[in-house]
Amino acid sequence: MKRKTPLELAAAQPGPAHVVTVDGREIAALPGQTVAAVLWSAGITSWRSTRGSGAPRGIFCGIGVCYDCLVTVNDRPNQRACLVPAVSGDAIRTQEGVGHDELG
Amino acid sequence: MTNSAERSVGHLVHRLRSGVGWSRPHRGAVAHPTSSGPPSASLVVVGAGPAGLAAALTAADRGVRVVLLDAGAQAGGQFYRQPAAALKARRPQALHHAWGTWKKLRDRLAAHVDAGRITHLTDRHVWFVEREFEEGRFGVHALLGPRQAESQTVTADAVLLATGGYEKVLPFPGWTLPGVVTAGGAQAMLKGGLVLPGRTAVVAGTGPLLMPVAAGLAAAGAEVAAYVESTHPADFVRHTATLAGNPAKVAEAARYAAQLLWHKVPVTVRHTVVAAHGTDRVEAVTVAALDTHGRVRPGTGRRIACDTLAVGHGMLAHTDLAETLGCAIDATGDAFVVTDAEQRTDVDGVWAAGEATGIGGAVLALAEGEIAGHSIAARMTGVELRPADWATAARTRTRLRKFFAALDDAYVPPAHWAEQVADDTVVCRCEEVTAAEVREAVEELGATDLRTVKLLTRAGMGWCQGRVCAPGVAGIAGCPAGPAKRPFARPVPLSVLAQEPERP
Ligand SMILES: Cc1cc2nc3c(=O)[nH]c(=O)nc-3n(C[C@H](O)[C@H](O)[C@H](O)COP(=O)(O)OP(=O)(O)OC[C@H]3O[C@@H](n4cnc5c(N)ncnc54)[C@H](O)[C@@H]3O)c2cc1C
Ligand code: FES
Repeated sequence: MKRKTPLELAAAQPGPAHVVTVDGREIAALPGQTVAAVLWSAGITSWRSTRGSGAPRGIFCGIGVCYDCLVTVNDRPNQRACLVPAVSGDAIRTQEGVGHDELG
Repeated sequence: MTNSAERSVGHLVHRLRSGVGWSRPHRGAVAHPTSSGPPSASLVVVGAGPAGLAAALTAADRGVRVVLLDAGAQAGGQFYRQPAAALKARRPQALHHAWGTWKKLRDRLAAHVDAGRITHLTDRHVWFVEREFEEGRFGVHALLGPRQAESQTVTADAVLLATGGYEKVLPFPGWTLPGVVTAGGAQAMLKGGLVLPGRTAVVAGTGPLLMPVAAGLAAAGAEVAAYVESTHPADFVRHTATLAGNPAKVAEAARYAAQLLWHKVPVTVRHTVVAAHGTDRVEAVTVAALDTHGRVRPGTGRRIACDTLAVGHGMLAHTDLAETLGCAIDATGDAFVVTDAEQRTDVDGVWAAGEATGIGGAVLALAEGEIAGHSIAARMTGVELRPADWATAARTRTRLRKFFAALDDAYVPPAHWAEQVADDTVVCRCEEVTAAEVREAVEELGATDLRTVKLLTRAGMGWCQGRVCAPGVAGIAGCPAGPAKRPFARPVPLSVLAQEPERP
């Protein structure tokens, strides 16, 4: 039995893919997908390392609660990849550690 | 931190502690939900999932002006999470259950929005709901997504909290590896972004959510190498009568079971995940059998290769906004917002419905939202309260609360799960606090409650403010989780706090 993809299952017909960069490397992104969905589609599941032990992290809760998926988008650090839509031309950078400076 | 930001934070914290609101209007931008005139919403609904939608529609049907706020870009909440519009899914229902119900909700919402009775504001992350904000009205403060650098405020005479819940995952060695995701999170990424985390998944843990998740992943093309549930069907026997009273729910479970069979998903009961393995991402998991007391049976470990582990141990309610409003919270077990027969909290003008008030699925959330909507409309428009209007919803609520209480009783994580957590396992993901540190806080430093454990170890002090780790840390420490005390429901940029006015 040939396995379906999620796009086939939902009969999705997104417009042409756009391009974003991940640490400078170009990857294709479907319109509407979040940064996390774009990274998963490109086979990337880890995009930050923790402040303490430098352990790799990516998506955990998938809905904005856990803050494990933090990533730098267009020089703004600490964005939750699971919530932020990817926009054509976005420069996504993996992140080491997290900065607490910006938040109260 | 600048001086003025520091002062503002100080004032804010003072206000929070003293429970006093500002009497002056806010200097920053006040949202004008409609272009014509000031925000005149009578009711603000926080959360556009099944509960919030049912409440907003019912109240709007009865003449209440509603502003519906949600963090998401589209209505639907977790259960009716939609693929991003630009993905142009022609068959989104393939990933859903009860699509007909959603279509009706969606159409009713569109009609009310067109008629100007409901204002639906998306990408609004509510971080604080304030009593006595302006002329005795509530102020609902929301960060604008996705940047979250700016806050807007909507005022209201009444507030309905329909903030739903999120998944509980108890720690085990390897649970921080990329590729280990919450079961609901895998479902959310699939429904919203039409993506899978990998090719071969293990779905494990306990609870009714695992079934649709395993079925959804399989339908979308993942190979589900194992479905591992820690309870045993025999655990449901004492609830046979309750189950029989809910044929629709039993049929739903049977439908999912048939789908699992169709996709040849191997189902294993009374087993648990004891570890996830890998270096940069999960490569395999070890599952083991449990004895009838919920202890792992030595020598039963079995390694299963996979690149994804979707795991969950039940659901937790979002109670943060209710907590800062001062609403009663029941924290004897997993915390939830306490409501009366009309879905009112004990704070005047604040209602709550859906999973924020206890976990029970979409149909219960719809019934509670409908009841709240009737109650709000009657209370706000001054018409006579007519419980007969919501008799059907009330019957559904009674039946489903009983049903989910039975499920809750049966679907419990293995009683001795904490024994399986190795000392070097990270239990607080944000602050990377290990089980050994938590154990030391209890055994050597004498901590007897979660607050002290937190102060001694920093567990729960990171970005998620203990939302993810609280049940795990409490279990390892051997103390109750208790109510959380969080000043805000979301981390708030200092620049936003600095805009807040000072007290006269
Ligand atoms: C990740 C996940 C996936 C799930 N998948 C399924 C499934 O496939 N099948 C199933 O039967 N059940 C599923 N559930 C269970 C599901 O939660 C319930 O069945 C149902 O959706 C509950 O309805 P609700 O209206 O109470 O809450 P929800 O549907 O959770 O809706 C709550 C809404 O409130 C919003 N919100 C919360 N806090 C804020 C805030 N501070 N500011 C602004 N907005 C806020 C959220 O964005 C959300 O849209 C899932 C749960 C989760 C957590
Ligand atoms: S995965 Fe949890 S916040 Fe993004």
